Amino acid sequence: MTIMSYLGAIGAAQREAMEADERVVIIGEDVEANVYGTTGGAGKSRAEEGDFLQMFGRNRIRNTPISEEVIVGAAAGAAMTGLRPIVDLSYSSFLYMAMDQFVNQVAKNRYMFGGQASLPVVFRSAMFYGLNTGAHHSDRPYPMFMNVPGLKIVVPSTPYDAKGLLRAAVDSDDPVLIFEACTLWGTKGEVPEEEYSIPFGVANILRPGTDVTIVAISSAVPEAVAAAEELALSGISAEVIDPRTLVPLDKETIISSVQRTGRLVVADPAHRTCSAAAEISAIVAEEAFESLRAPIIRVTTPDTQIPFSPALEKQLYPSRTTIADAVRTVVGERVMTQA
Amino acid sequence: MNLSPEILLEMQRRMLRIRRFDERASKMVKRGHIPGTVHTSIGQEAQVVGACMALGDRDYMTGNHRSHGHPIGKGSPLGPLMAELVGKATGVCGGKGGSLHLADFKVGSLGESGIVGSSIPIATGAALSSKVLGNGKVSLAFFGDGAANQGCLYEAMNLAGVWDLPVIFLCENNQYALSTPAHTVTSGVIADRAAGFGMPGVRVEDGQDVLAVYEAVNSAVERARRGDGPSLVEVVTYRFNEHSEGLRLGTDYRDADERSSWLERDPIVLFRRRLVADGIALDDELDELEASVLTEVDDAVAFTDASPYPHPSVAFADLYTDPIGALA
Ligand SMILES: Cc1ncc(C[n+]2csc(CCOP(=O)(O)OP(=O)(O)O)c2C)c(N)n1
Ligand SMILES: [Mg+2]
Repeated sequence: MTIMSYLGAIGAAQREAMEADERVVIIGEDVEANVYGTTGGAGKSRAEEGDFLQMFGRNRIRNTPISEEVIVGAAAGAAMTGLRPIVDLSYSSFLYMAMDQFVNQVAKNRYMFGGQASLPVVFRSAMFYGLNTGAHHSDRPYPMFMNVPGLKIVVPSTPYDAKGLLRAAVDSDDPVLIFEACTLWGTKGEVPEEEYSIPFGVANILRPGTDVTIVAISSAVPEAVAAAEELALSGISAEVIDPRTLVPLDKETIISSVQRTGRLVVADPAHRTCSAAAEISAIVAEEAFESLRAPIIRVTTPDTQIPFSPALEKQLYPSRTTIADAVRTVVGERVMTQA
Repeated sequence: MNLSPEILLEMQRRMLRIRRFDERASKMVKRGHIPGTVHTSIGQEAQVVGACMALGDRDYMTGNHRSHGHPIGKGSPLGPLMAELVGKATGVCGGKGGSLHLADFKVGSLGESGIVGSSIPIATGAALSSKVLGNGKVSLAFFGDGAANQGCLYEAMNLAGVWDLPVIFLCENNQYALSTPAHTVTSGVIADRAAGFGMPGVRVEDGQDVLAVYEAVNSAVERARRGDGPSLVEVVTYRFNEHSEGLRLGTDYRDADERSSWLERDPIVLFRRRLVADGIALDDELDELEASVLTEVDDAVAFTDASPYPHPSVAFADLYTDPIGALA
């Protein structure tokens, strides 16, 4: 084990995958100069050691024009014919430029062609929310893509997960979209130095508990853990679950937790309507209704655009306070009877 | 251009296959044997076959909604193609694609596309993998004059240009996009747009001449194979049928004289005349060829009729290579 940042873990997974398989290539804007810090050595600048361009050359490190539609489509076409591209789309909001390619080509080609195609391609992007970048750069668009059958959707929340899930994505023969939260970039954690991968569809229980289940997504995960720690002080035992992959989703772990706790709060930084939280809530309502002792509460970003001013933005995302408040509401009945 | 008699006859065979296959498909649409509609390549066979024959068997190709000619031109057998149009289990895509989404990876056909322009980046990506893997394969994207105004074409041309990708952008300019005459929506000449990307742009004025198309595409393929990068080839042609079978537009958007003058220039008739005049084949031999293609189409329909429909569970297959959890 070694201590690594979330961003460093992504870089390590990319390097290991590039070394393990010559068919893996990296495609994206400014990847050559390591502008986003995952195609170089230790830091964000070009490191003396570990620089991807020096290690792998221009044939495999493909610095692109600003042309998201052809970047995504060409990566798909390359994946259909023998490469295993990792595409760095930098900001998640830029995925919209390539919506046709994602929805009509990447997601459909294997299916439409009766299984003739496989598309081993990874699309990484960073969600820059919470950093006062304003509406154009702050999106958390993973729920839109959950609505597109054929894509796998990954939302790592720790350095350990970021490395292991990225490697699993590269090794997968299906198209994978990884949404990385910028607020987590600097998070440090223990990461194995050797190669490993984390299977998709296996949730991580970060903290066991008995009174309430908190399912948290992406940057809401550390907030949920902090909320659970705080709630413990007032005698409320919260179980915190990170699904890690939204497609496929580990329904079993979530449902069996709710069957034990009888209560569910879902914390999701995406917009409320048709969020991942909405889907998880619906699944639990359909499949574990009898276990529920209180209505489910979703803690999400409200259905508004993201404002620029620091005075306006922060309040919008799930925080330890809003998550803890939601938990207090769902356990309210028991807390009151105990009092 | 010195092509062997075998190749010349193969060109005629493939053009005939497209013609007879599409004629049959048109009838089957009108009789309700094929659900939905189809877009035929009737009239454009020289443009399709001239391009496909310039490619090798292992080369890649993507196409569009006018979709049957491309895989047929690339050598795909007719039975599974016809079965696909009807939605049978033996269809080339198992019944999940249909007319708009034919693909036959065995002959390098990476897929037709119902979305105008959308498959151009895919062909560009196939060229990228040839380049990275150094396997010498070339890639060709078929698209219409209508698709020539989609932005993704220009993103693709720029990327292919800057990376010297072995790809040919092949514009099938049949002069209309559905009801819209190309000249009313297209600024300048499509082939001239290549110059802006520093690549050769060729306009084949006589797209009814299969050899003229072959020659132009062949030099683009040779250039790509040499490692010299992409080309744009625009082929001027005409579709003899309506945009899609069964479609009846309210107004006459095509001039009757224009249409009849193009009908005079039937690529299959023209090439047959030439094969006889050049002593490549006798009339009898060409009659035999025509009959054998008709038999192929009959066999494809018989194969289709004898094939079962897919089991309903197939609707859930092939979404992922490993469906764990995804559909649970
Ligand atoms: C993105 C998109 N826009 C519109 C359509 C509807 N549509 C289907 S074919 C077509 C005309 C295409 O013209 P062209 O590219 O010249 O091909 P042609 O039919 O002439 O072969 C249109 C408008 C579509 N399928 N996809
Ligand atoms: Mg047209």
